[in-house]
Amino acid sequence: MLYRETGQFKSTYAADQQIFPILQDRIAIIVLLAVAFIVVPLIGDQYWLSAILTPFLVLALAALGLNILTGYAGQLSLGTAAFMAVGAFMTYNAMLRIPHMPVLGAFIVGGLCAAAVGVVFGLPSLRIKGLYLAVATLACQFFVLWAINRVGWFSNHSSSGVITAQRVEILGYPIEHSRDKYLLTLLIVSLMALAAKNLMRSETGRAFMAIRDMDVAASVIGIPMMKTKLLAFAISSFYCGVAGALYAYCYLGTVEPEAFTLDLSFRVLFMIIIGGVGSILGSFLGAAFITLFPTFLNLASKWLESALGIEMSHAVVSNAEAMIFGGLIIFFLIVEPNGLARLWQIAKEKLRLWPFPH
Amino acid sequence: MKRNLAAAAAAALFLFAGTVSAQNEQFVPANFYWVGPYAPGGSGFGGGMIDYFQMINERDGGVNGVKLTWEKCETEYNNARGVECYERTKKHAPTGATVIHPLSTGITYSLIEKATADRIPIISMGYGRTSAADGRVFPYVFPLITTYWSQATVMVKYMGEKMGGMDKWKGKKLVLVYHDSAYGKEPIPVLTDMAKQYGYELTTIAVPHPGNEQQAQWLQIRQIKPDWVILWGWGVMNPTALKAAAKIGYPREKMIGVWWSGAEEDVLPAGSAAKGFVSAGFNAPGTEFPVMKDVLKYVYAKGKGELEDKARIGSIYHTRGVVAGIVTVEAIRLAQAKFGKGKPITGEQMRWGIENLNIDDKRLKELGAAGLMPPLKVSCLDHEGSGLVKFQQWDGAKWKVVSDWMQPDRKLVRDKVEADAAQYAKEKNISPRDCGKDGM
Repeated sequence: MLYRETGQFKSTYAADQQIFPILQDRIAIIVLLAVAFIVVPLIGDQYWLSAILTPFLVLALAALGLNILTGYAGQLSLGTAAFMAVGAFMTYNAMLRIPHMPVLGAFIVGGLCAAAVGVVFGLPSLRIKGLYLAVATLACQFFVLWAINRVGWFSNHSSSGVITAQRVEILGYPIEHSRDKYLLTLLIVSLMALAAKNLMRSETGRAFMAIRDMDVAASVIGIPMMKTKLLAFAISSFYCGVAGALYAYCYLGTVEPEAFTLDLSFRVLFMIIIGGVGSILGSFLGAAFITLFPTFLNLASKWLESALGIEMSHAVVSNAEAMIFGGLIIFFLIVEPNGLARLWQIAKEKLRLWPFPH
Repeated sequence: MKRNLAAAAAAALFLFAGTVSAQNEQFVPANFYWVGPYAPGGSGFGGGMIDYFQMINERDGGVNGVKLTWEKCETEYNNARGVECYERTKKHAPTGATVIHPLSTGITYSLIEKATADRIPIISMGYGRTSAADGRVFPYVFPLITTYWSQATVMVKYMGEKMGGMDKWKGKKLVLVYHDSAYGKEPIPVLTDMAKQYGYELTTIAVPHPGNEQQAQWLQIRQIKPDWVILWGWGVMNPTALKAAAKIGYPREKMIGVWWSGAEEDVLPAGSAAKGFVSAGFNAPGTEFPVMKDVLKYVYAKGKGELEDKARIGSIYHTRGVVAGIVTVEAIRLAQAKFGKGKPITGEQMRWGIENLNIDDKRLKELGAAGLMPPLKVSCLDHEGSGLVKFQQWDGAKWKVVSDWMQPDRKLVRDKVEADAAQYAKEKNISPRDCGKDGM
């Protein structure tokens, strides 16, 4: 009853084209942002801010990047973690080698370098498609990690290949507390999510989707194949690169190349599959599911133990955790192959009719 | 989304409520790993440490009446999970995490800054960042007993002795087969420097994680025909390497493993291919030490032991965990003696305790750990404290100690440690402590 758009008239094109045409949605998103920006930093303790919410936001940004490429432009990629690694290591080098480099500028440099690598490894997409393209991007994953491991310049000749993120300071204000790091991450992620949402509503976004749905038809109606596909790779890698930089600077603090293995690429891919392919919201839902759920299971087993007064062997709990998680992924894929975002959409449609079914 | 956050907030409150408990307790996080390719190491080491704590609680009623408590958290040997576990356990009642054993070089690197800011000491016993041995730059990090660089020098020395003198190294070939991670790369600078000094030819061959596929690497070794191979492996990589060596016919007696390659779990899966393999170690296996007998008597006899497989009691990883327990409890005892007997201590006080640890032969005997671990004396300057390494050989059924405690090349290691620490201090704008003023 509350969620109904009756009586909301649009008298201008601008009103018709806004991101959230329904008033209730606008209110909801404002409340959500207010909670995320004001309430959460006030009530969240350090554990929640630094160990749960910050990595969730960072990985949501990476998932968003992959979603632009895979979900919207239809190019399957397994190189997400490699693009993140490029972002992290080039941000580190920009801070290290360019005097007086502001950290936000360094994030952009990291992102741009990732975009450049993305374009190079996106070139095969002009000739190959689908799973074969995934294999080609897999080469990127291995090549980038190999290069970072072997070329000492990337890690400033650190013997172990580990980089330690420099102090983050914005306009003289040091970002050290977990709350500040959370807010910085949240700000960047919100702005980039907004940009992505708008991009997908623009001509470029529609060109991406046309290529995804049928590239022959897209080229017939005059969409330049090369430019559009490479642009998709560039934008996607830029997002992943910034996510990688945030992963290093706002989350772990110290990064070794092994943090960006194929494993992470798969995790991000699972995020968009579970969250919803081709959906901005889906990237966030998927990231929430994949990052928060194992931790939740781990905590839940402790509460269960203390509530039931039994003691479970820790090895059993740890293994069960992995099994339950795997089982749930299969469950979700069977019940809703279009991801959590689709569930959300169905819920909204039902809510519009509620309480009258017709 | 909104509802998620509300639930998260509620859960956070619940978490807070759940941690209020008895005050006369000393909490130590048990952030180890019980699943994945490295589970034998994590569960054995973690089990040993917890068994020792349990034994202290049962036999002595805790440290001067302060019971030791712990909470397990699964890190999966994964940096992100390790950081999450650290954040979860660091504020635990009553005085927060006393000390943290990350049991992963990668996690140690991730925690160095965080733990220093939170004033929680890190003990990275036989792993972690080697240059943290310079206590002036790394006040809260303790790579106790011995570091990778010390170990690398001792290995070269041991091989030299086997050949009949260090001068025999000239023109010899040495291959380092390493786990391709921060952990595996640690010895490279030291081995390179020593190659210049002693005139051997060093080839480094990386094995990608997790290391269950090494055919190409060992074919390369067959071409090189090295005089010695150092195996710097971890987990499933070790038995795979031994089997691959057997396949190309490389003598196992000429393979020297790092201490994370030298446990029962590393050689048993390789079967007869492991016979003759030598590895370094800073703790001895076995249950004949008085302290291990106490663990059996007070913990396992009461059914409170951590290891489900009783055959693993007294294994290398298990006794290494016991050594970690001994070091932790001794530091707590020392800190209590200074800051108040019978009261829980904070991380900051614990830092003082570890920095002033002095476990000499006499104390080792009292603890029933003579021969189990080398004597240890930590100071503000030297956070390593010993550097001694022993070698052991697998005879097909058990590890046999084949050397005495051997001294590392202290000067070479210390120079490199100080240079690396100084570079870190410069990058991070840390002004090193003055150890003279600190009283040590």
